[in-house]
Amino acid sequence: MIGRRGILASLLGGMAAGCTKVAQSGPGGRLLAAVEDWNRTVQRALSKRTALAREFTRADISASFRGNGTRDPGTPAYQAHVASGFADWRLAIEGLVDRPLSLSLEQLRAMPQRTQITRHDCVEGWSAIGEWTGVPLAHLLGLGGLRDDARYIVFHCADRLSGTPYYESVDLIDAFHPQTIVAHRLNGAPLPVQNGAPLRMRIERQLGYKQAKYVERIEAVATLAQIAGGKGGYWEDRLGYEWYAGI
Amino acid sequence: MADQPRHSLLTRLWHWLNVVAITLLFFSGLNISNAHPRLYWGQAGFDPTEAWLMVPRFPAWMTIPGYYSLAEARLWHLLAAWPFAFGLLVFLVALPFTRHRGDFVLRRRDLTLGAIREDIGHHLKLDFEPPAGAAFNLLQKYLYIGVLFVGLPLMILTGLTLSPAMNGAFPWLIDLFGGRQSARSLHFVTAWALFGFVVLHLLAVLASGPLRQLREMITGGRAMEADA
Repeated sequence: MIGRRGILASLLGGMAAGCTKVAQSGPGGRLLAAVEDWNRTVQRALSKRTALAREFTRADISASFRGNGTRDPGTPAYQAHVASGFADWRLAIEGLVDRPLSLSLEQLRAMPQRTQITRHDCVEGWSAIGEWTGVPLAHLLGLGGLRDDARYIVFHCADRLSGTPYYESVDLIDAFHPQTIVAHRLNGAPLPVQNGAPLRMRIERQLGYKQAKYVERIEAVATLAQIAGGKGGYWEDRLGYEWYAGI
Repeated sequence: MADQPRHSLLTRLWHWLNVVAITLLFFSGLNISNAHPRLYWGQAGFDPTEAWLMVPRFPAWMTIPGYYSLAEARLWHLLAAWPFAFGLLVFLVALPFTRHRGDFVLRRRDLTLGAIREDIGHHLKLDFEPPAGAAFNLLQKYLYIGVLFVGLPLMILTGLTLSPAMNGAFPWLIDLFGGRQSARSLHFVTAWALFGFVVLHLLAVLASGPLRQLREMITGGRAMEADA
C-alpha cells in the first residue's frame, strides 16, 4: 500500500517539479505571464467599460465584514490618527495632475458621494457583502486635472507589510469606472480600522488585494516601472500575483 | 465505414489536450482550495460557522506547484483553463457534424428501466462490450452524456462566475448558480465528480486491453476491428 501511494506521490511530484521547471524557463515563464494579458484583453472585450458589478440589498449585507491583510497598521503615526478621529488625515492627489490636492476627510465628505452594496471577493476564495460610501475617484481626478500622459493611478497606503508600505494600482478604465470610489463609510458607519480606516479603495470588478486600504496618496503616473518592483502592486511584486485581478 | 478510425482525429486531439489541461486544472485547483478550505452556499461567506463543508488540506505532493503558492497555482489554473474551455467549445460545436453525434443520443429504448437493468447486469458480469455497432454500452452512454454536456460545461460556467469582472459582464451567471459562493461550491464538487469519472475511465481502460486502447486513442484504430 505504501508502494502504491509512493508511486502516486512520485508521479505527482514529478509533475509538480516539471511544472516548476517550465515556470522557471524563459518561454514557460512568458507563457504564464501572458495569461494575465489574455484574461484582461478578453474580459475587457466582453464587458462594457461601465458594466457594473452586482449591487445587492441591505438584506444581503454580511453580518460582519472580515478584515484581511493588514488589520491594523499599528504605527505610532497611525495610532495618533486613530486617537484624533483622523482629523488630520490628508489624502494627496498628485503626480501627473495639473492641480495637486491635499484633502481632509471633511472636504471629502462634502463632495459628491456614491453608496453601493457590493460583494468583496478575496483571491483566497471567500466573499463578503458590505455597503460602501465614498467619493468617485473620477471626481477627484477631475478636480486634480488629470494630464493626458497619465496611464495608471497608484494608491499609496499607510500600512506596512514586511516593512514596505502597501501600494496598488489600476489603469484608467478601472479608475474612471462609476463604482470606483474612495470609500470612507462601511455599512453606514465610518470605516473600521480593520477595513482600512479612514479611506480605502473600492474597485468592484477586481479581487480584494486591489482594494487598497489606509490610502494616503493617489498618484497619477505614465508607467508603473518606477513604482517599487515595477509590477504595480505589493503582492504583484512580492509573490507574483496578477496585476489584472478580474478573475 | 470500415475504413473510418474508431476515434476521429478531433476526438483524439481533444482527448490528449484534456489529459494535459484537466491534470493541470485539477491539481492546481487543490492548491487554490488550500488558500481557503471552506465552502459556502449563496452569495457570500467567509466565517467557519457559515460553511457547509470544511475541506481537508491537500498535502503538497498532491498539488501544482508542489508547495503552497496561491499566486503560482492561479497562473497554472488560468493558463490551462483556456485550452480546456476552447477545446470543449470546438468539440461541442463540431460534434453534430461528426459521426460521433449518434453516440450521445439517447434512443427511446435507452430510457426504459428494462434496458438500464439489463446493462447493469452486463456490468456485474464484467461484460463492458457495447452492443454491435454502438460506441458505448448504456451506462457508459449516460456517463459520457453527463460528463460532456453537464460536468465539463459546469466547470467553465462556475469558474467564470468566480470572476468579479465576468459578474459585471454577465450578471446572469450569478443568478444561474444562486451566488458566487454557491458557484464555488459547485466548482469544487463537480471537479471531484469528474475526478471520479477519470478513475472509472482509467479502470475501464485497464480492464479492456490498455495497450490497444492507448494505441487506438493515438492512431485512431479501426472502427470495425472487433468484428474483423
